[in-house]
Amino acid sequence: MKKIVMLFAIAAVIGFSTFSWAGKDLKVGFVYVSPIGDAGWSYAHNQGRLAVEGMDGVTTSFAESVSEGPDSERVIMNMARRGYDIIFATSFGYMDPMLKVAGKFPKTVFMHCSGYKQAKNMGNYFGRMYQARYLSGMVAGAMSKTNKIGYVAAFPIPEVIRGINAFTLGAQAVNPKVEVRVVWTKTWYDPATEKEAAKSLLDVGADVIAQHQDSPGPQEAAQERGVYSVGYNSDMSGFAPKAHLTAPIWNWGPYYVDVVKQVRQGTWKSEAAWPGLADGIVNLAPFGPMVPKKLQERVLAKKAEIAQGKAKVFEGPIKDQQGKERIAAGNVATDKELLGMTWFVDGVIGTTQ
Amino acid sequence: MTVGIFITLLAAAVQSGTPILYATLGEILTEKVGVLNLGVEGMMMVGALTGFLVSKFTGNPVLGFIAGGFSGAMLAWIHGLVCMGLQGNQIVSGLALTILGTGLANYIGTPFAGQTAPGFNPLSIPLLKGIPFFGPVLFQHDLLVYISFLIPPLMWLFFRYTRPGLELRSVGEYPEAAFSAGIRALRFRWAGVLMGGFLAGLGGAYLSLAYTHLWSSGLSAGRGWIAVALVIFAFWKPERAFLGAYFFGGVMAFQLRLQAIGTNIPSSLLLMLPYALTVAVLVFASARARGSDVPAALGVNMEPRD
Repeated sequence: MKKIVMLFAIAAVIGFSTFSWAGKDLKVGFVYVSPIGDAGWSYAHNQGRLAVEGMDGVTTSFAESVSEGPDSERVIMNMARRGYDIIFATSFGYMDPMLKVAGKFPKTVFMHCSGYKQAKNMGNYFGRMYQARYLSGMVAGAMSKTNKIGYVAAFPIPEVIRGINAFTLGAQAVNPKVEVRVVWTKTWYDPATEKEAAKSLLDVGADVIAQHQDSPGPQEAAQERGVYSVGYNSDMSGFAPKAHLTAPIWNWGPYYVDVVKQVRQGTWKSEAAWPGLADGIVNLAPFGPMVPKKLQERVLAKKAEIAQGKAKVFEGPIKDQQGKERIAAGNVATDKELLGMTWFVDGVIGTTQ
Repeated sequence: MTVGIFITLLAAAVQSGTPILYATLGEILTEKVGVLNLGVEGMMMVGALTGFLVSKFTGNPVLGFIAGGFSGAMLAWIHGLVCMGLQGNQIVSGLALTILGTGLANYIGTPFAGQTAPGFNPLSIPLLKGIPFFGPVLFQHDLLVYISFLIPPLMWLFFRYTRPGLELRSVGEYPEAAFSAGIRALRFRWAGVLMGGFLAGLGGAYLSLAYTHLWSSGLSAGRGWIAVALVIFAFWKPERAFLGAYFFGGVMAFQLRLQAIGTNIPSSLLLMLPYALTVAVLVFASARARGSDVPAALGVNMEPRD
């Protein structure tokens, strides 16, 4: 008797799982490294998830504040086991754990953000945030009166260094005398330390604060001192309405919806996607009221040029801090060079160590 | 220019030292009655969250600050129950309290991460703020910094010149003898533990109400542990807690400013500075430990009689 019941139970489980395979309801899971919060990296990804949630026949769920490493492997494995069709993991440190899980669940589609490893059923993706950073640098460079811009940055890795360089090039394009001072916090999300770092930059005369951090701590510091700020990830004007000039922001929605559509139609293939302004995956937050109309127009014109491919951010001649020419006149940095960038352009004050 | 930077550095030292100062004073009070509470980090986290939530929902940061203190005391109460009620091991209980406090705060606080609440803003003191050098360093802060200025002298007076202060110290030195002399030792121990938790909670609330106006998980970022270390550095003397807290806060602010000024020292090295110096200073302070007021019965449970 017991055996028969067991058999029925197993049949039922198999039946259900095949049903969900054949059924139209796609299950999409998201793994975030930090809390969703009000703004920031995971918040931006979650906005993308909400766009997917709005599609017909798709259900989504997420796990937030999942630390990188072994813990993330457990979370991703759980999602795969529970029959999720697509899993998006949105932090660099999830790469190896995800690759491991991907080997065990060949029918699940795995998508890893900001890494470089791929498998047949695991693709990676990121956005050309440096393009939007260049534009925000133009705004900051034009608005600075002391010609000193402070940049609170997380970790000296190519992604962040590339962003600082693009920002600086943008600022120099409108204000050749400008310098960008960098302070590393070695944190992604520590409001207290990040705010203190911004204050230290304000104390040496910076009058615009930009950030590559997920907390709005630096924005608060700028607002309190009555200077300007440039946010990151999402529109941070709510935290510093008087200071917030604009922000380079993520807009993952269209990309996530596209991936889900591809999977459903069976056209999805593992690849390394790196879309930019042209695809709308990165953008500029609305300008604050203090940004003059003329400047806005100039920045938007540049945005259109970059989106159309007429202008490049890393176009030579570009010198590094020591004055050595890194990108020759007429040359454009290749994607490989961009992904491995470990040097600062001339005009940045700080070290990449 | 350089003098200006020096002044802002010292001002930043006072501000980033303030949450540590509150917590250090709390731990001094607790240890003075002979109880070691290693749960400071947990009490700070709970204090930070409670302060934030109360301020957010009542719109009154003062209420939030006080509530942060009470939540710290609530957690300390658990420690008291284990150590004084059940004669449990103080070290184990304290460590458990840290894990409980940080876990609880992160769990309850998750939906509020990254949100803001009304908090305290800088409030210059008229006249005093105009004093050259000392004005900008000491008297252009928020209200909670000024309150923290008052606690060490008050504690010092209490320990040194009042009868309850003397009795409290005797409980930390030799509880049985104090009891034989007619001092209600257990009551003093409870008072020390609860007040210590209250102050640690205030330190936590400072982080979410004045230092930033935000809640985020892991907000205290190890400051509770630094406070525990600073008690030793301070020789269990409230007046020396000033020194330790501002020193640590200063080094933290200093390394960020070194970067901002544009020195080409690797940032990894600079970030180590506060911790490396804390160890160095502890070694130095312990090596010539004359004048230390360490309570003789620290960490030793007493029979529950009262």
